[in-house]
Amino acid sequence: MLAYLIRRLFAAAVMLVVIIMVVFCIFFLVPEWAGVDIASSFVGKQADPAAVAAVREKLGLSDPIFVQVWEFFKGIFAGRTYAAGGEVTHCAAPCFGYSFRSEQAVWPVLTDRLPVTLGLALGAAVLWVVVGVAAGVLSALKRGSLWDRGAMVVALAGVSLPIYFTGLLSLAVFAFGLKWLDAQYVPLEQSFTGWLGGMILPWITLAFLYAAMYARITRATMLEVLGEDYIRTARAKGLREHTVVGKHAMRSTMTPLLTMLGMDLGALIGGAILTESTFNLPGLGRAILDATRNQDLPIVLGVTLITSLAVLLANLAVDVLYAVIDPRVRLA
Amino acid sequence: MTISERSDGPSPALVPAKKHDGEALLKVTGLRKHFPIKKGLFQRQAGAVRAVDELDFEVWPGETLGVVGESGCGKSTMGRLITRLLEPSAGTVEFEGRDITHLGVGAMRPLRRDVQMIFQDPYSSLNPRHTIGTIVGAPFRLQRVSPAGGVRKEVQRLLSVVGLNPEHYNRYPHEFSGGQRQRVGIARALALNPKLVVADEPVSALDVSIQAQVVNLLDDLQQELGLTYVIIAHDLSVVRHVSDRIAVMYLGKIVELADRDSLYRAPMHPYTKALMSAVPIPDPRRKNAKSGRILLNGDVPSPISPPSGCRFHTRCWKATELCGTTEPPLLEVRHGRQVACHHPENVDDPAPPDAALLTATKEAFERLWTGDPAGSEPMR
Amino acid sequence: MTAFLDVRDLKVHFPTDDGLVKSVDGLSFQLEKGQTLGIVGESGSGKSVTSLAVMGLHTAGQYGKRKARISGEIWLDGTELLAADPDHVRRLRGREMAMIFQDPLSALHPYYTIGKQIVEAYRIHHDVGAKAARRRAVEMLDRVGIPQPDKRVDSYPHEFSGGMRQRAMIAMSLVNNPELLIADEPTTALDVTVQAQILDLIRDLQREFGSAVVIITHDLGVVAELADDILVMYGGRCVERGPADELFHEPRHPYTWGLLGSMPRLDRDQQERLIPVKGSPPSLINRPSGCAFNPRCPYADVPKDDVTRTVRPELTEVGGRHWAACHMSAEQQKRIWAEEIAPKL
Repeated sequence: MLAYLIRRLFAAAVMLVVIIMVVFCIFFLVPEWAGVDIASSFVGKQADPAAVAAVREKLGLSDPIFVQVWEFFKGIFAGRTYAAGGEVTHCAAPCFGYSFRSEQAVWPVLTDRLPVTLGLALGAAVLWVVVGVAAGVLSALKRGSLWDRGAMVVALAGVSLPIYFTGLLSLAVFAFGLKWLDAQYVPLEQSFTGWLGGMILPWITLAFLYAAMYARITRATMLEVLGEDYIRTARAKGLREHTVVGKHAMRSTMTPLLTMLGMDLGALIGGAILTESTFNLPGLGRAILDATRNQDLPIVLGVTLITSLAVLLANLAVDVLYAVIDPRVRLA
Repeated sequence: MTISERSDGPSPALVPAKKHDGEALLKVTGLRKHFPIKKGLFQRQAGAVRAVDELDFEVWPGETLGVVGESGCGKSTMGRLITRLLEPSAGTVEFEGRDITHLGVGAMRPLRRDVQMIFQDPYSSLNPRHTIGTIVGAPFRLQRVSPAGGVRKEVQRLLSVVGLNPEHYNRYPHEFSGGQRQRVGIARALALNPKLVVADEPVSALDVSIQAQVVNLLDDLQQELGLTYVIIAHDLSVVRHVSDRIAVMYLGKIVELADRDSLYRAPMHPYTKALMSAVPIPDPRRKNAKSGRILLNGDVPSPISPPSGCRFHTRCWKATELCGTTEPPLLEVRHGRQVACHHPENVDDPAPPDAALLTATKEAFERLWTGDPAGSEPMR
Repeated sequence: MTAFLDVRDLKVHFPTDDGLVKSVDGLSFQLEKGQTLGIVGESGSGKSVTSLAVMGLHTAGQYGKRKARISGEIWLDGTELLAADPDHVRRLRGREMAMIFQDPLSALHPYYTIGKQIVEAYRIHHDVGAKAARRRAVEMLDRVGIPQPDKRVDSYPHEFSGGMRQRAMIAMSLVNNPELLIADEPTTALDVTVQAQILDLIRDLQREFGSAVVIITHDLGVVAELADDILVMYGGRCVERGPADELFHEPRHPYTWGLLGSMPRLDRDQQERLIPVKGSPPSLINRPSGCAFNPRCPYADVPKDDVTRTVRPELTEVGGRHWAACHMSAEQQKRIWAEEIAPKL
């Protein structure tokens, strides 16, 4: 188990380095090869040539590629100082780059935005797991009934309707029409109820999509598990039906759901771009959207890295949890 | 005392093995297949599943070699090795005198005509999206052979050979029962007139009454087409019924190889004896005779770390210190009888020297097995 | 006075898209405590469906609209189960009647230890603490011959070998001393040498616990070893039933002859050819009218033809406690067996 963890963490680290290099190449080198001047994109298109030259020197853009990558890596662990002429900008460790467009280091931007996204993703996850799994189990147990068909139609709608549609519809109805909720994001530190009020609609919107998927998977898995021999054995022992379903069948149904949950959460940490922009939440998704629009490459780079890291860690967590749930999985 | 010394004794086999002139169709020497197991931080090879270990045997043209053993004995792996669906770890496989051990996919292609395989599960071995005609005709397309009269005609002929209605050419596998599907699998195997057919548990997925149909079919086809079979099965009664010679495998090794009659009459390896005595006899009158049954203790050990010396010594009631330390080689004890055991059974029994005694023994056997005929009146 | 287990005119039908599948269609049998009944038949003959019906497992956990239609009577120790309150039947399951399944690997929950599964089976029916239940589990594992039971109790099913798993399954089914034990193909998934061990164990345990045992199998060798009485099923009905010895030495039904002739036997000299039953098993939806075996029966022409094709033969007594469902007269059956079948086996 320990050997497995170490090996997986090592693999994750290697993977991260590879991701950084690939991302670096895409964002810094490809435009250069394509003949686009990155330095001018950092200062703006109307900047005078002197300013562009200064930025180029400051960011080390004229250095060879490997030096640039090395400087970037070094920055993550040791911090980095950008200096050109008299101007000195310090970026403390962990330095994920410096955005000259918004004149701030990337790392604080990420740490600022991450809690919003985390809150959105985790809150929605609780909602969709509870609703999705419950609906899925009920549908499985009442297969073919009106409830089952109704739930599966709603689930189909949830999977197919785009977030803009459900999001904007819920905003229009609940925030602007009925005025039950405020469509304004309030940080948690300021007011808990305000935060809750601002998050409920995004949660529901996001959870609707995922709950639909989870309900469908839960139903299919549950039906399969209920046909297993060991479920018949459990009944043959004289167990009550709710124990058979709630304990024996549920435990096996959980495994594929857990895998999905890990992957989904990992991906969502990188930002629920559509939800965040629909509800104007200042999360990572919103950050990467704005940064792309402003050609603020260091921010894009930073968010991409955080996303990769989240996905890698989520994968690892899923594998470990899988071994905990299923004793047949040997982590060796 | 070693076995080779004993075999010098003047004891001829009960039934002399057939003389084989000329060349073996298939000759296997030192065949080995180890599947590596990786472990630890750096995924070093920590061991191997020794599925098949040092097999030597020949298959003669026109005969049926039965291979019998319990799960995990390596019989299926062996089947896949001799048909070259798996790459052997060591040893050689010769087909008609030609070394095919390490032939690549391309070089194997012409040989695929001569060596065909029949699989256990007639449900998963036929593609559900293809018609019976397409399935049975596939070998012609793959080998770019155009039979006289066209593929369709030839496929229909094959279907009738295996006892299926040629008009079912356009039907799909799901429209057939298990036994019929197995016939389709046999028709496919026969399409290119193979010389050797390797059948891995050809009847074990079938019901008893259907099983008999397929066994008889295999029998008829061998007579008509002069096929050579290697039939792998776990069912000793089926193996006895179909085979001329039988190899008994245990944990990746052949422990005994002999012609059918002598093997079943006088098994030499204790494992063979135990295996045969474990088969339930479909006769309630022999319920009480089961006291003669040899109940082996425990299960087959892991092929990852097989026992030292003789692999059977952990479960053998005759095992001595020698068995735990020295591996007995597979030696020819009598003409056509090979056994790998330090203390074989039925060796010191003097075999009946002439025909009169032979019949007497046979009769004695019959009485023993079927019960006293005088007692056959039902108890009322 | 009813027998300990008394099944009367049991019918189990399943509605499907293709029509009503009549898996069991009018089956009756009796079994007393201390006796073993062997039910023999091929796949689709209804033998497993029967055992699940006795256990009440067709109705328990049946979700959705397509419910099995079960009729007839199943009496267990004086209680009729089909009309009884389902919760009452549930309480009998595992305590009064228990079951062993074919494949112990899939019949045990992969995520729970052997011990937990046995403890669970014990504690549903006994108001005891976890420790006492665990002691009982270890005791049962020891009884069925699992070495180091106090250690193996904490193993997971996948850590056991096939034979050990079946032993554990037997331990679990016997933990409440049930009076009826149904073993559905208990050794089919096992190797011969292990099968011999398990059959031996079942025989010993029955002697010890004195319970009634129903053993369901396709293997005539297995029933010959264990059963006192044998019931041969074909197409959802009993075609022949009688004491084991008579079934093997004086079978009356052509299907039973077919089963005996299909089987290569180690205890006889090499047969030249097997005598298979031609054709395939009957459809359970469009059952042949008349005798279900008629299309495959080599002796269909022996009795009056029209009767075989239109009238279903009822079970009739052909000897002491020996019944067969065939239109041929007892004399014809006897003569064909003695002259045509027996010499070829």
